[in-house]
Amino acid sequence: MMKPVATTRSAAGISTGMLAVWWLLASEIVIFGGLLASYIMHRLAHPEWAEYASHTNTWIGTLNTFVLLSSSLSAVLAHHAAEKGDGKKAAKYLLVTIGGALTFLVVKSIEWSIEIHHGYTITANGFWAFYYVAAGIHASHVIVGAIVMGWVAWYANQNRELQRVEMVGVYWHFVDIVWIFLFPLLYIAK
Amino acid sequence: MIEQYVVQASTYAADIDNVILLIAVLTGFWFFAAQGMFFWLLFRFRERPGHKAEYVTGDEPDLKRWINIPHILIIICDVFIVAAAIMVWVNVKQTLPEADRTIRIVAQQWAWTFVHPGPDGQLDTDDDITMIDELHVEVGQVYHYQLESTDVLHDFSVPVFRLKQDAIPGRRIVGWFEPTLPGHYDIQCAEMCGIGHGLMGARLFVETPEQHAQWMRDRGEILARAH
Amino acid sequence: MASQNENFFLKYFWSTDHKIIALQYMFTGMAMALIGGYFAYAFRMQLAFPGAEIPLVGVVTPHEYNAFVTNHGTIMIFWVAMPVLIAAFGNYLIPLMIGADDMVFPRLNRLSYQIFLLSAIILVASFFVPGGGFGGAWTAYPPLSADGAYNLTPLGASMWVTAVALEFVAFLMGGINFITTAMNSRAPGMKAFDVPIVIWFIVIASILFMASVGPLIAGAIMLLFDQQIGTGYFDARTGGDPVLYQHLFWFFGHPEVYVVLLPALGIVAEIITVFSRKKLFAYKIVLYTAIATGVLSFFVWAHHQFIAGIDPRMANIFTVTTVLISIPIAEMCFVYIATLYGGSIRFTVPMLWALAFMAEFLIGGVTGIFLGASGADIYFHDTYFVLAHFHYTFFPIAIIAVFAGITYWFPKMFGRMMSETAGKVHFWITILTFNGIFIPLFVLGAWGQHRRIYSYEHFPDLWELQPLRIFATTCLVIMLLAQVIFLVNFFVSMLRGKKAGNNPWRANTLEWTVPSPPPHGNFETLPVVHRGPYEYSHPDHDEDFWPQDAAPAAESAS
Ligand code: HEA
Ligand code: HEA
Ligand code: CUA
Ligand SMILES: [Cu+2]
Repeated sequence: MMKPVATTRSAAGISTGMLAVWWLLASEIVIFGGLLASYIMHRLAHPEWAEYASHTNTWIGTLNTFVLLSSSLSAVLAHHAAEKGDGKKAAKYLLVTIGGALTFLVVKSIEWSIEIHHGYTITANGFWAFYYVAAGIHASHVIVGAIVMGWVAWYANQNRELQRVEMVGVYWHFVDIVWIFLFPLLYIAK
Repeated sequence: MIEQYVVQASTYAADIDNVILLIAVLTGFWFFAAQGMFFWLLFRFRERPGHKAEYVTGDEPDLKRWINIPHILIIICDVFIVAAAIMVWVNVKQTLPEADRTIRIVAQQWAWTFVHPGPDGQLDTDDDITMIDELHVEVGQVYHYQLESTDVLHDFSVPVFRLKQDAIPGRRIVGWFEPTLPGHYDIQCAEMCGIGHGLMGARLFVETPEQHAQWMRDRGEILARAH
Repeated sequence: MASQNENFFLKYFWSTDHKIIALQYMFTGMAMALIGGYFAYAFRMQLAFPGAEIPLVGVVTPHEYNAFVTNHGTIMIFWVAMPVLIAAFGNYLIPLMIGADDMVFPRLNRLSYQIFLLSAIILVASFFVPGGGFGGAWTAYPPLSADGAYNLTPLGASMWVTAVALEFVAFLMGGINFITTAMNSRAPGMKAFDVPIVIWFIVIASILFMASVGPLIAGAIMLLFDQQIGTGYFDARTGGDPVLYQHLFWFFGHPEVYVVLLPALGIVAEIITVFSRKKLFAYKIVLYTAIATGVLSFFVWAHHQFIAGIDPRMANIFTVTTVLISIPIAEMCFVYIATLYGGSIRFTVPMLWALAFMAEFLIGGVTGIFLGASGADIYFHDTYFVLAHFHYTFFPIAIIAVFAGITYWFPKMFGRMMSETAGKVHFWITILTFNGIFIPLFVLGAWGQHRRIYSYEHFPDLWELQPLRIFATTCLVIMLLAQVIFLVNFFVSMLRGKKAGNNPWRANTLEWTVPSPPPHGNFETLPVVHRGPYEYSHPDHDEDFWPQDAAPAAESAS
């Protein structure tokens, strides 16, 4: 299928794909915004949640924050390589980022199985319900991001569709930023 | 205008009706003005042979006036509407006059439990009178109600009082009313609460002091016999 | 361009052509309108003749009554108004009116329709699972909706939530496509204020939708978890808060009413300018009032919750913001009325619908003020007055404006004209019976009759009003029968109508410069735009219309 002429136009002065990524993120922000606002309201209304929250593992959380932040760095490097037209290098950096995503998920599943083992399941109380849902929705974004990055890297490796490297990078920064909000709210505020 | 349909049986019913009347007059005026203008234009500028439409952009000051002046007047109307609405709201929902009696209303799927204070006038004592789907109150007394729900959302609605309040599980919501007109009236549940929502009505008995005292004696005897 | 010899399935069911996708949305919406109308028939008959055996339905039990009402509301808003007004007209009109050959993401577009179709199937299927369809009102307030022990439809409730959430996802994808296309793919020469109002309004509506639906998506996930896993987000016993859900719902729910209002107003703007041969009165004011309405709509949601146990002081703030909304909307109504001034008005069928929209919507609008005034809403909340209010807004939007749009663009969609006579008969019956249904419901509401009650036999004070209910139901039955005229007119004209030609209404916008129906790819050569969309009866031009892409005759003339 050929691309319609419509897709190649740029009356707003920004590429169509990038514009769509921004609107996608705008719609995601309100989803997370609604979830986190609900959580914060509950949290303020229930001082006893601080005690529940103290059972989260700050060290594992910190480790994952670190993993995610460094994966964002390699996404930036991939973007730089793509700008220079070096698709192979961009693909390599993207693979590093995917590695970060996978590490994040592995750490997360270890963390969750420990917690579930201790009886902190999603139905334990309101705090844990928010904990699993917020982190779970975030993790599903990590999974989607990793898959999309793999697809972009496949093309980039053949020097095709290099503009997508930047788009997926922007998305990845967003996933990162969401975590930057989740981490203090779920792990640090005790 | 509402009083023609539903009698006013509480002290604030007339206030609420007056707000409604005020809004009806103000919005009614603009409504008929707009509709009148609309139909007149339709008639005046219908297609006729030999007439070409005018070219009007909407920037002409003499035409724009026709939009701008009503616009400012509507803002003024809005101020009156908001002021009247808030005054009544503050009186009905935000202030709590000193109570003569307190009743407890417990909503559940799909019945109302009304706990009336007995002859001692105190709630949570032995002579409390508990009734299902029947609320008895005395004219001229300020009542506080404590509204609770044991399961889902319900809504305690008494059209003749112009009173409505959601019941929320886990909370006790306090409000007030003062009955003014003896009679029997409908109570409805006004929040969807499941299959029986349509059946969740109750009766309100607003009684004169004598009737109320009589009712209390009757209930007292029934209570005594049961013991 | 796609190859010409696609087979039937690929052409009509797997197409990425925006016009085909638009028609898919439209026909799905129409089918859902029939289901929603059937539900209305079922429960209105029950209200008029409680307990009777209803033709084509049977005896309506209380549970079925609730399920009918709930799904009637849900379907009419999410599976009729949204897909037809936004998705069908948006898909059909955006590329054609801005001079592009398709949407920017054709495959995303197809996917969004498929998800939408899936959501519709799940919703309809929920009626056939054990326990039956969900009956906890279209607002689905917990704890009733959150616990199968309360609503007695554990499966139906979850399917309902799932369907609604999927539908949101479909419209988010569609919305991104619409906004991006309109922002980026306009024809050369088409500046911001040369874009037809209907496109602006669909885009603003998509942005409003996108900006408001997020919290409810989060809320839907929480609700689904409460239902199926047993979390307690909305359960007071485990520290949750039932009222929280109401905030999430109405934070979306109120902007949502303007999401559907704006496209309807846009359609009306196109039609009244064409058939009064007039430039739209003050284009920029129309645009700014729409934006103002959109912004304000985010600050009014709690007017649905005045008496729902929120802090009573909050009600005062929300009364102010709610009544303020009357200012931009009144402005907009006045501007539309002013557009008629000095015109040469032709009462064609689309024009009749557009005019009826304006006359009827005013009733819905002013009755909103009664509800927005907190003091008055204590009495009106959850009565039939509210019900009549929003049918006087929704019916004009989802039915009247849709009929206006369909009869107006039908020649473009199918290349043939619809019958004017049949159209007028259908119009008058529908409008008269519409008022016949809902004016009595205003009266019932003023009498204190509450919503979602399957029979008023149990309420002595209300039972005397039964004749009003019977009258309303009678009007509904006549209205539904009259829809047969429309459907016959629609399908017969599609096959046999008079050939329409490119521009039967002598209109300016770009979709009328191409063949009817337009081929895949729309334009032979992509157009260049020279002027705004509403240059009717221009003094410098001989004809009373001046297409947007017509080259200026001589540069010196301007
Ligand atoms: C598209 C649909 C639509 C539209 C456009 C509107 C428009 C408005 N609505 Fe409505 N509304 C609904 C759909 C809609 N509504 C639905 C579905 C519900 C019920 C949901 C449920 O519970 O199931 C509802 C319920 C509802 C409530 C809650 C009632 C309750 O449950 O107790 C309120 C309260 O404030 C309200 C207010 C308004 C207001 C102020 C407007 C304003 O936008 C109207 C503005 C327009 C005008 C005012 C007319 C033009 C102006 C003039 C002619 C000038 C004269 C005016 C003045 C002097 C003020 N609506
Ligand atoms: C867009 C919204 C919409 C529309 C159009 C309608 C249309 C109608 N509604 Fe509905 N209604 C709601 C939204 C809508 N409703 C909502 C949100 C509720 C609240 C639910 C709740 O409480 O949970 C409600 C509730 C509701 C009740 C309250 C029940 C109760 O509380 O007990 C009643 C009662 O009379 C009613 C009646 C009607 C009637 C008679 C129509 C008639 O006008 C219907 C006529 C039908 C048609 C005319 C369709 C046929 C049309 C075609 C076949 C061609 C169309 C083609 C296209 C659209 C492309 N509705
Ligand atoms: Cu209780 Cu409705
Ligand atoms: Cu609203």
